[in-house]
Amino acid sequence: MTRNGPSARGATVTFALALLVALLAIASLGVGPVRLSPLTVVQALVGYGDEIQQIIVQQIRLPRAILAVAIGGILGLSGAALQGLLRNPLASPSLFGAPQSAAFGAVLMIALGFADVRSYALPVAGIAMAFVSVFALLAVAGRNASLLLLILAGLAISSLAGAATALVMNLSHNPFATLEIAFWLLGSLEDRSFRHVALALPFIAAGAVLLFSQRAAFRALSLGEETAQSLGVDVARLRLIVIIGTALGVGGAVSVSGTIGFIGLVAPHLVRPLIGHDPARVLLPSALAGAALLLAADIAVRLIPSTTDIKVGVLTSIIGVPFFLYLIVRERRALGGGVA
Amino acid sequence: MSDALLSAAHLSVALSGRPVLHDLSLSLRRGHLVALVGPNGAGKTTLLRALAGLIEAQGEIGIGGDLLSALPLRERARRFGYLPQGHLVHWPLPVRDVVALGRFPHGATDPAWLSPRDAEAVARAMAATELEPFADRPATELSGGERSRVALARVLAVEAPVLLADEPTASLDPRYQLDVMQTLRRAADAGTLVIVVTHDLGLAARFADTVLVMADGRLAAQGTPAQALSDEVMRRVFRVTTYRANYQDSGVILPWSGV
Repeated sequence: MTRNGPSARGATVTFALALLVALLAIASLGVGPVRLSPLTVVQALVGYGDEIQQIIVQQIRLPRAILAVAIGGILGLSGAALQGLLRNPLASPSLFGAPQSAAFGAVLMIALGFADVRSYALPVAGIAMAFVSVFALLAVAGRNASLLLLILAGLAISSLAGAATALVMNLSHNPFATLEIAFWLLGSLEDRSFRHVALALPFIAAGAVLLFSQRAAFRALSLGEETAQSLGVDVARLRLIVIIGTALGVGGAVSVSGTIGFIGLVAPHLVRPLIGHDPARVLLPSALAGAALLLAADIAVRLIPSTTDIKVGVLTSIIGVPFFLYLIVRERRALGGGVA
Repeated sequence: MSDALLSAAHLSVALSGRPVLHDLSLSLRRGHLVALVGPNGAGKTTLLRALAGLIEAQGEIGIGGDLLSALPLRERARRFGYLPQGHLVHWPLPVRDVVALGRFPHGATDPAWLSPRDAEAVARAMAATELEPFADRPATELSGGERSRVALARVLAVEAPVLLADEPTASLDPRYQLDVMQTLRRAADAGTLVIVVTHDLGLAARFADTVLVMADGRLAAQGTPAQALSDEVMRRVFRVTTYRANYQDSGVILPWSGV
């Protein structure tokens, strides 16, 4: 073994991020109408102390924290994976239209009256629509499509999903349902239970495993698709696996949280200055950074004083969109050079 | 030829329904530097891709006694080093890590964890291209000439029996062109079969053992530079007259004027 500088630094950064996620998770369990100290939180978690505090921590706040970690993690991971696949630092899950399609599926369930926001039908429809959007994407772009075609097809599909969502709200006769949809679309982790965790987590975990399994291929892909193929990477298969992994993870996530944007875009950019640009080494730290970002945002919405609850998806977009614009300005010269 | 390392029999390729290669057969030996020349659109890059198994082709390709179509992707990658046009590196990775990707087909998928054997191959490739001083620099921040050396080192690091290079000298200054060709010449002298696509007939004549001339998806001529780049072929295929000379025991060929 010749050298371990970058991997040792990567391990340090990964450990530090994991610690940050753990600390933020404990903070998240302590924040709410009843403020609990970190010590109380840890005691309640392991089954000591006041019974009401145990119920608050274990049954009300723990699912919310678990979902923040899992959803933030899969968004950060799939952002890093898509950026690796497309070799473009501006890529994010929403590029393929999967979150928007998942949102449409869930919204349709609410409008048709099959489900309120706490029902099983919602995640199932969301995951199903994420799958449909991915298969539509592949059918439209073709099996060996260029990345430009994939991006265009993804743009068309996300626009269609957005329009379909708008149509559902437009046609809805039930003002309560419309209001419910509108709030749900904003993206939130409030009032989520272990039922949501149980339904979303298997899909998120499966998506994460698929994306992680391809990490070496992302590295070869740094040299372009043709060279990667000449190095033994089955690029068409890789693309399929990444898209399925993204659909599983993001579809599962969106259907329990609504649309929470820009974590997938921001997280990889936060870790690159710390560990370098190697697209394989970026994956795990990006997932941890995504988890930390969503935990922090979800704590922030509970701390910001306001008359109504601020939705966490609103906060991530308010911070994420200016960041996106900053990235476009920074990448302007490279983008002007054509689509890679 | 029984001692052929790489052979193609009745190779045909159609790209989006359009025939690009027609029933092409060839047989090439190890230790040779082969220049693949021809006008634009003759099918040179397509032939290179087909030989490496990167695109679907009709016909048979034999590599070291095996049928290419019978080899798994990873094994193909070990037998062919492929250097495409353009030398793109999409992320600012250190030069050493880019070169180490040449060991990917050998199972070294993480440049931070190279076996001694892989590390030696990377070191040899870096030395052959004089890249040691650049090892820790991001590959994206180098000049065009330096980047082309990184790309060359990456493909040398594969240490495959066949090295396919698509216009490795394009857009390089004269000194870099000579350096690249000399590096490839040394690889051939060490036993590699090197196939270079080039538009520079002068470089082809100077460095190649064998020249393959392509026109309209077929082999129009092949042989030593003097045989393959005869006045007749230069007129018919390239539509140019040729200036010829001898310098330092080497044949000089220079396209002179259009016909």
